[in-house]
Amino acid sequence: MELSLENGTQTAIFYILSGLIVGSAFMVVSLKNIFHSALFLVLCFFSVAGIYILLSAEFVAAVQVLIYVGAITVLLIFAIMLTAQLYSPSIRQSNEQVIPGLIIVGALLIVTLSVLRRTSWRISTQGIEGQSTVSIGKSLLTTYVLPFEVVSLVLIAALIGAIIIARKE
Amino acid sequence: MLTLYHYLSLSALLFCIGIFGVLTRRNAIGILMAIELLFNAVNINFVAFARFINPQGLTGQVFTIFIITVAAAEAAVGLAIIILIYRQHKGVEVDKVNIMKW
Repeated sequence: MELSLENGTQTAIFYILSGLIVGSAFMVVSLKNIFHSALFLVLCFFSVAGIYILLSAEFVAAVQVLIYVGAITVLLIFAIMLTAQLYSPSIRQSNEQVIPGLIIVGALLIVTLSVLRRTSWRISTQGIEGQSTVSIGKSLLTTYVLPFEVVSLVLIAALIGAIIIARKE
Repeated sequence: MLTLYHYLSLSALLFCIGIFGVLTRRNAIGILMAIELLFNAVNINFVAFARFINPQGLTGQVFTIFIITVAAAEAAVGLAIIILIYRQHKGVEVDKVNIMKW
Protein backbone atom coordinates (compact mmCIF):
# COMPACT_ATOMS: atom_id res chain seq x y z
CA MET A 1 0.00 0.00 0.00
CA GLU A 2 1.46 3.31 -1.03
CA LEU A 3 1.58 6.19 1.39
CA SER A 4 -1.02 8.82 0.48
CA LEU A 5 1.22 11.79 1.19
CA GLU A 6 2.28 14.54 -1.14
CA ASN A 7 5.82 14.48 -2.46
CA GLY A 8 6.83 17.58 -0.53
CA THR A 9 5.58 16.17 2.76
CA GLN A 10 7.36 12.87 2.13
CA THR A 11 10.61 14.66 1.37
CA ALA A 12 10.32 16.76 4.53
CA ILE A 13 9.63 13.67 6.65
CA PHE A 14 12.57 11.89 5.02
CA TYR A 15 14.98 14.72 5.86
CA ILE A 16 13.73 15.00 9.46
CA LEU A 17 14.11 11.24 9.97
CA SER A 18 17.54 11.24 8.31
CA GLY A 19 18.69 14.04 10.58
CA LEU A 20 17.47 12.10 13.61
CA ILE A 21 19.17 8.88 12.41
CA VAL A 22 22.52 10.45 11.59
CA GLY A 23 22.57 12.63 14.70
CA SER A 24 21.64 9.87 17.12
CA ALA A 25 24.01 7.39 15.41
CA PHE A 26 26.82 9.91 15.83
CA MET A 27 25.91 10.23 19.52
CA VAL A 28 25.96 6.42 19.84
CA VAL A 29 29.54 6.17 18.60
CA SER A 30 30.91 9.30 20.28
CA LEU A 31 29.33 9.73 23.73
CA LYS A 32 31.50 9.00 26.74
CA ASN A 33 28.73 7.51 28.84
CA ILE A 34 27.87 4.14 27.29
CA PHE A 35 24.44 4.14 28.92
CA HIS A 36 23.49 7.37 27.14
CA SER A 37 24.74 5.76 23.91
CA ALA A 38 22.25 2.93 24.41
CA LEU A 39 19.41 5.43 24.85
CA PHE A 40 20.39 7.25 21.66
CA LEU A 41 20.46 3.85 19.94
CA VAL A 42 16.73 3.52 20.79
CA LEU A 43 16.06 6.87 19.09
CA CYS A 44 18.03 5.74 16.04
CA PHE A 45 16.08 2.45 15.77
CA PHE A 46 12.75 4.30 16.03
CA SER A 47 13.74 6.70 13.24
CA VAL A 48 14.80 3.76 11.04
CA ALA A 49 11.33 2.28 11.63
CA GLY A 50 9.92 5.58 10.37
CA ILE A 51 12.04 5.25 7.22
CA TYR A 52 10.58 1.76 6.67
CA ILE A 53 7.05 3.16 6.89
CA LEU A 54 8.04 5.84 4.38
CA LEU A 55 9.16 2.99 2.09
CA SER A 56 5.70 1.35 2.60
CA ALA A 57 7.16 -1.59 4.51
CA GLU A 58 4.90 -1.50 7.53
CA PHE A 59 5.53 -5.08 8.64
CA VAL A 60 9.30 -4.57 8.67
CA ALA A 61 8.76 -1.38 10.69
CA ALA A 62 6.72 -3.30 13.27
CA VAL A 63 9.37 -6.03 13.46
CA GLN A 64 12.06 -3.36 13.86
CA VAL A 65 10.24 -1.79 16.83
CA LEU A 66 9.50 -5.18 18.42
CA ILE A 67 12.93 -6.80 18.03
CA TYR A 68 15.40 -3.92 17.96
CA VAL A 69 13.73 -1.43 20.30
CA GLY A 70 12.04 -4.06 22.44
CA ALA A 71 14.56 -6.87 22.69
CA ILE A 72 18.05 -5.91 21.60
CA THR A 73 18.29 -2.58 23.45
CA VAL A 74 16.92 -4.18 26.62
CA LEU A 75 19.64 -6.85 26.30
CA LEU A 76 22.27 -4.14 25.76
CA ILE A 77 21.11 -2.12 28.77
CA PHE A 78 21.11 -5.32 30.86
CA ALA A 79 24.70 -5.97 29.85
CA ILE A 80 25.69 -2.38 30.63
CA MET A 81 24.10 -2.68 34.07
CA LEU A 82 25.76 -6.03 34.76
CA THR A 83 29.18 -4.62 33.89
CA ALA A 84 28.56 -1.83 36.33
CA GLN A 85 31.64 0.34 36.74
CA LEU A 86 32.09 0.63 33.00
CA TYR A 87 29.80 3.53 32.45
CA SER A 88 31.69 5.83 34.78
CA PRO A 89 32.88 8.79 32.69
CA SER A 90 36.44 8.42 34.01
CA ILE A 91 37.20 5.39 31.85
CA ARG A 92 38.47 6.35 28.42
CA GLN A 93 35.92 5.12 25.87
CA SER A 94 37.73 5.59 22.57
CA ASN A 95 41.15 4.33 21.57
CA GLU A 96 43.94 6.25 19.84
CA GLN A 97 42.65 5.47 16.34
CA VAL A 98 40.16 8.36 16.12
CA ILE A 99 42.06 10.39 13.50
CA PRO A 100 42.96 7.41 11.20
CA GLY A 101 39.42 6.12 11.68
CA LEU A 102 37.97 9.44 10.56
CA ILE A 103 40.19 9.48 7.47
CA ILE A 104 39.30 5.89 6.51
CA VAL A 105 35.58 6.43 7.09
CA GLY A 106 35.60 9.70 5.12
CA ALA A 107 37.33 8.01 2.18
CA LEU A 108 34.83 5.13 2.31
CA LEU A 109 31.92 7.56 2.34
CA ILE A 110 33.23 9.56 -0.61
CA VAL A 111 33.88 6.43 -2.69
CA THR A 112 30.48 4.93 -1.86
CA LEU A 113 28.55 8.11 -2.62
CA SER A 114 30.32 8.65 -5.94
CA VAL A 115 29.70 5.03 -6.97
CA LEU A 116 26.03 5.36 -6.02
CA ARG A 117 25.81 8.60 -8.00
CA ARG A 118 27.26 7.02 -11.14
CA THR A 119 25.33 3.74 -11.14
CA SER A 120 22.15 3.70 -13.19
CA TRP A 121 19.61 1.54 -11.38
CA ARG A 122 16.80 -0.23 -13.17
CA ILE A 123 14.04 1.55 -11.32
CA SER A 124 10.67 -0.16 -11.52
CA THR A 125 7.77 2.13 -12.26
CA GLN A 126 5.24 0.06 -10.35
CA GLY A 127 4.40 0.61 -6.73
CA ILE A 128 3.79 -1.95 -4.02
CA GLU A 129 0.32 -3.39 -4.51
CA GLY A 130 -1.96 -4.37 -1.66
CA GLN A 131 -0.70 -4.84 1.86
CA SER A 132 2.90 -5.98 2.10
CA THR A 133 2.17 -7.81 5.36
CA VAL A 134 -0.13 -10.25 3.55
CA SER A 135 2.36 -11.03 0.80
CA ILE A 136 5.25 -11.34 3.25
CA GLY A 137 3.26 -13.80 5.35
CA LYS A 138 2.39 -15.85 2.28
CA SER A 139 5.93 -15.96 0.92
CA LEU A 140 7.40 -16.80 4.35
CA LEU A 141 5.30 -19.96 4.45
CA THR A 142 5.64 -20.94 0.79
CA THR A 143 8.78 -19.79 -1.04
CA TYR A 144 10.92 -19.14 2.01
CA VAL A 145 9.64 -21.86 4.32
CA LEU A 146 13.01 -23.65 4.51
CA PRO A 147 15.04 -20.52 5.48
CA PHE A 148 12.23 -19.63 7.88
CA GLU A 149 12.58 -22.94 9.74
CA VAL A 150 16.37 -22.83 9.61
CA VAL A 151 16.46 -19.34 11.09
CA SER A 152 14.21 -20.42 13.95
CA LEU A 153 16.65 -23.27 14.68
CA VAL A 154 19.57 -20.81 14.53
CA LEU A 155 17.79 -18.51 16.96
CA ILE A 156 17.04 -21.21 19.53
CA ALA A 157 20.56 -22.64 19.27
CA ALA A 158 22.04 -19.17 19.78
CA LEU A 159 19.82 -18.41 22.78
CA ILE A 160 20.58 -21.76 24.47
CA GLY A 161 24.25 -21.16 23.73
CA ALA A 162 24.05 -17.70 25.29
CA ILE A 163 22.51 -19.10 28.47
CA ILE A 164 25.16 -21.83 28.71
CA ILE A 165 28.02 -19.38 28.07
CA ALA A 166 26.83 -16.84 30.64
CA ARG A 167 25.93 -19.40 33.32
CA LYS A 168 27.99 -19.44 36.52
CA GLU A 169 29.96 -22.65 36.94
CA MET B 1 10.63 13.60 -5.15
CA LEU B 2 12.48 10.95 -3.19
CA THR B 3 14.60 8.60 -5.26
CA LEU B 4 16.56 5.46 -4.53
CA TYR B 5 19.69 7.59 -4.29
CA HIS B 6 18.36 9.40 -1.19
CA TYR B 7 17.85 6.17 0.72
CA LEU B 8 21.14 4.64 -0.40
CA SER B 9 23.02 7.80 0.66
CA LEU B 10 21.37 7.71 4.08
CA SER B 11 22.32 4.06 4.42
CA ALA B 12 25.92 4.76 3.35
CA LEU B 13 26.17 7.57 5.92
CA LEU B 14 24.80 5.34 8.69
CA PHE B 15 27.16 2.53 7.67
CA CYS B 16 30.18 4.87 7.82
CA ILE B 17 29.20 6.11 11.29
CA GLY B 18 28.88 2.50 12.41
CA ILE B 19 32.32 1.61 10.99
CA PHE B 20 33.77 4.60 12.83
CA GLY B 21 32.25 3.28 16.07
CA VAL B 22 33.66 -0.21 15.51
CA LEU B 23 37.12 1.23 14.81
CA THR B 24 37.30 3.64 17.74
CA ARG B 25 35.33 2.20 20.68
CA ARG B 26 37.26 0.52 23.49
CA ASN B 27 34.20 -0.83 25.26
CA ALA B 28 33.00 -4.14 23.79
CA ILE B 29 29.36 -3.21 24.37
CA GLY B 30 29.97 0.01 22.41
CA ILE B 31 31.34 -2.08 19.54
CA LEU B 32 28.23 -4.26 19.62
CA MET B 33 26.03 -1.15 19.43
CA ALA B 34 28.01 0.10 16.42
CA ILE B 35 27.50 -3.32 14.78
CA GLU B 36 23.74 -2.91 15.28
CA LEU B 37 24.04 0.42 13.44
CA LEU B 38 25.70 -1.44 10.55
CA PHE B 39 22.84 -3.96 10.46
CA ASN B 40 20.34 -1.10 10.30
CA ALA B 41 22.17 0.51 7.39
CA VAL B 42 22.07 -2.77 5.47
CA ASN B 43 18.38 -3.21 6.26
CA ILE B 44 17.55 0.27 4.93
CA ASN B 45 19.34 -0.72 1.72
CA PHE B 46 17.34 -3.94 1.36
CA VAL B 47 13.97 -2.29 2.00
CA ALA B 48 14.78 0.56 -0.40
CA PHE B 49 15.73 -1.93 -3.13
CA ALA B 50 12.53 -3.87 -2.46
CA ARG B 51 10.54 -0.66 -2.89
CA PHE B 52 12.29 0.73 -5.97
CA ILE B 53 13.72 -2.20 -7.97
CA ASN B 54 11.37 -5.13 -7.35
CA PRO B 55 8.13 -3.95 -5.70
CA GLN B 56 6.17 -7.05 -6.75
CA GLY B 57 8.41 -9.69 -5.21
CA LEU B 58 9.13 -8.14 -1.80
CA THR B 59 12.28 -10.28 -1.54
CA GLY B 60 14.15 -7.46 0.16
CA GLN B 61 11.62 -7.16 2.95
CA VAL B 62 11.66 -10.92 3.64
CA PHE B 63 15.47 -10.84 3.69
CA THR B 64 15.37 -7.93 6.14
CA ILE B 65 13.27 -9.98 8.54
CA PHE B 66 15.83 -12.80 8.41
CA ILE B 67 18.64 -10.30 9.04
CA ILE B 68 16.82 -8.87 12.07
CA THR B 69 16.40 -12.39 13.48
CA VAL B 70 20.06 -13.24 13.04
CA ALA B 71 21.00 -9.87 14.56
CA ALA B 72 18.98 -10.77 17.66
CA ALA B 73 20.82 -14.10 17.96
CA GLU B 74 24.16 -12.33 17.46
CA ALA B 75 23.39 -9.77 20.17
CA ALA B 76 22.42 -12.49 22.65
CA VAL B 77 25.58 -14.56 22.11
CA GLY B 78 27.80 -11.47 22.00
CA LEU B 79 26.48 -10.08 25.25
CA ALA B 80 26.85 -13.48 26.95
CA ILE B 81 30.50 -13.56 25.87
CA ILE B 82 30.99 -9.98 27.11
CA ILE B 83 29.55 -10.85 30.52
CA LEU B 84 31.89 -13.84 30.70
CA ILE B 85 34.87 -11.61 29.79
CA TYR B 86 33.78 -9.16 32.48
CA ARG B 87 33.82 -11.92 35.10
CA GLN B 88 37.35 -12.94 34.14
CA HIS B 89 38.94 -9.52 33.59
CA LYS B 90 36.80 -7.11 35.65
CA GLY B 91 36.52 -4.97 32.52
CA VAL B 92 35.44 -5.20 28.89
CA GLU B 93 38.01 -2.95 27.17
CA VAL B 94 38.86 -4.85 24.02
CA ASP B 95 42.50 -3.72 24.01
CA LYS B 96 43.00 -5.36 27.42
CA VAL B 97 41.52 -8.71 26.38
CA ASN B 98 44.50 -10.39 24.76
CA ILE B 99 44.69 -13.80 26.37
CA MET B 100 44.61 -15.50 22.95
CA LYS B 101 47.61 -13.49 21.76
CA TRP B 102 51.22 -14.41 22.62
